[in-house]
Amino acid sequence: MHAISASFCMAKIGRLVLILSLVSTLAFTLVSLSPVDPVSAYIGIDRMQISTEQEQRIIERWGLDRPAPERFLIWAGNVLRGDLGQSMIFNEPVTTVIGKRFVTSLWLMASAWLLSGVLGFVLGVVAGTNRGSPADRVIRLYSYTLASTPSFWMGLVLLAVFSVSLGLTPICCATPPGVSPDDATLWQRLHHLILPAATLSLIGVAQIALHTREKTIDAMNSEYALFAFAQGESRAGVAWRHAVRNVALPAVTLQFASLGELFGGSVLAEQVFSYPGLGKATVEAGIRGDVPLLLGITLFSALFVFTGNLVADILYGVLDPRIRIGTEEAK
Amino acid sequence: MSTLARTPALAERLGITDGRGRAMWVLGLCLAYFATLLLAAAFMGDAGLSTDFPNKKLAPCFEFPFGTDWLGRDMLVRTVKGLCRSLGIGLLAATVSSVVSAALGTLSATMGKRTDAVVTTLIDLVMATPHLVLLILVSFACGGGATGVIIAVAVSHWTRLARIIRAEILQLKQAEFVMVSRKLGRSPWWIARRHMLPHIAPQFTIGLILLFPHAILHSAGLTFLGFGLSPHNPSIGILLSESMRHISTGYWWLAILPGLSLLVTVKLFDVLGNSLRVITDPKTSQE
Repeated sequence: MHAISASFCMAKIGRLVLILSLVSTLAFTLVSLSPVDPVSAYIGIDRMQISTEQEQRIIERWGLDRPAPERFLIWAGNVLRGDLGQSMIFNEPVTTVIGKRFVTSLWLMASAWLLSGVLGFVLGVVAGTNRGSPADRVIRLYSYTLASTPSFWMGLVLLAVFSVSLGLTPICCATPPGVSPDDATLWQRLHHLILPAATLSLIGVAQIALHTREKTIDAMNSEYALFAFAQGESRAGVAWRHAVRNVALPAVTLQFASLGELFGGSVLAEQVFSYPGLGKATVEAGIRGDVPLLLGITLFSALFVFTGNLVADILYGVLDPRIRIGTEEAK
Repeated sequence: MSTLARTPALAERLGITDGRGRAMWVLGLCLAYFATLLLAAAFMGDAGLSTDFPNKKLAPCFEFPFGTDWLGRDMLVRTVKGLCRSLGIGLLAATVSSVVSAALGTLSATMGKRTDAVVTTLIDLVMATPHLVLLILVSFACGGGATGVIIAVAVSHWTRLARIIRAEILQLKQAEFVMVSRKLGRSPWWIARRHMLPHIAPQFTIGLILLFPHAILHSAGLTFLGFGLSPHNPSIGILLSESMRHISTGYWWLAILPGLSLLVTVKLFDVLGNSLRVITDPKTSQE
């Protein structure tokens, strides 16, 4: 654990503070530029039925009569105390909404993350070991095509095939209709998870497979691989005993560093499958003008992406002996 | 026998035996596809867009290759028009993005340390949130609508290309031929024009073309989520989000075919960019 020194921690914490404060400033500026009137967005169709006094009361209660910089300072002060405000559409504190929704999304994101990681890695190693073979061609064609596939369309296709035509999987939501998330059995949850997770995984496989393929080709052309071949090791043996270990680390770090794309993918997948997670909440907050929730989710997602990059950095330093010993020698 | 002897000569004359010749052919075919798409949209007329109840909910057949929707509108016409609209938005957004990235990348590499720090922080800031969250935020800030989608896609896609251009210029500044040229007393402007531009221009063009697929997919995704673009002007995102309401009742063609044509179009842009790279990159001239 030498790689995690005090200065490394300080630098990362400083970076996090800088990024989060910049992100919140940018997000708040964007939101206050919006021509969407929060009061109308909140009230919706009943806009005509409230009096100007009531409207004035709402504006005062939300502090909308004050100038934007002042509102920003109040909001930022509250955020520092851990209070992200009250979500308008869910009528709950933003932190509660994000917490609850994130747990639901976490199931989806974690399973897609694992599945795409493992599958992509295996495909990448197979393609890289047998470069130019039919298997390699198929895997490459698949990955390049998937890179230009809209993920929401992929979800629609899966929905049309497996839910509508074959009737194997449910059409929407995270639990059967009428069953609250707390009462749902593990099987019911998994059953509803299959298609959204498959959508995200099928798309996510492409990047990791192509990346692993490149790294495997490098490893198979390396001197240690040549030496192993000279000793009579088979191709599969070199791949399994020598290449995989060298390729695994970049693959794992890439997987951590792409948490942002995973988050974006889950927004689209949750919309297709009406999966009540954080992504669906983001879309609702954007469309119905729930400013506190939108700001909260923005901050949370920035933290999420930062954590992924941080883990990738730490993994590189801790697990890769070359970098670890390099930093030790530098000292 | 004579045909056999002539085949390789013909193949060679057509230029499909070497990498560049093949890339040229691929390039031509891609351009032909885009031209066909634009011409088709221009000549199709609006007849297919009006409601036609006797012909509603038809599965793909000879007369309606893409089927018709629940109002009897021809899905082929809607898809072609929608594709053109999506292409237009993607093109506009990608062009704006690439101009921003060229400007910021150049500034960052040439204006000294402080500007560089500001620009790199700006890049980190844009990359700090998931792409889609930023898109939603910007489109919310613009109050939705087509403008919102265009601005959102335009201001969020420049980071990668800006990094590439910055790195390229920084590298060129240290290159020996630039150093020698400077010692020979050439003005910075002359060096920029004669030594740097020939290196940057292809990178920039290819970066721009490879931005299209991302821009088109993201604008379609954003529209699909319900931001921007009204249902009266069909874009692929709108078609797909409409189809979501009908997919559970078995009208698969409403979703599958428009999405598939979007996939093909985006993929062809990718192929176009990569072929152009093969043709312009001196390193691949021997392949």
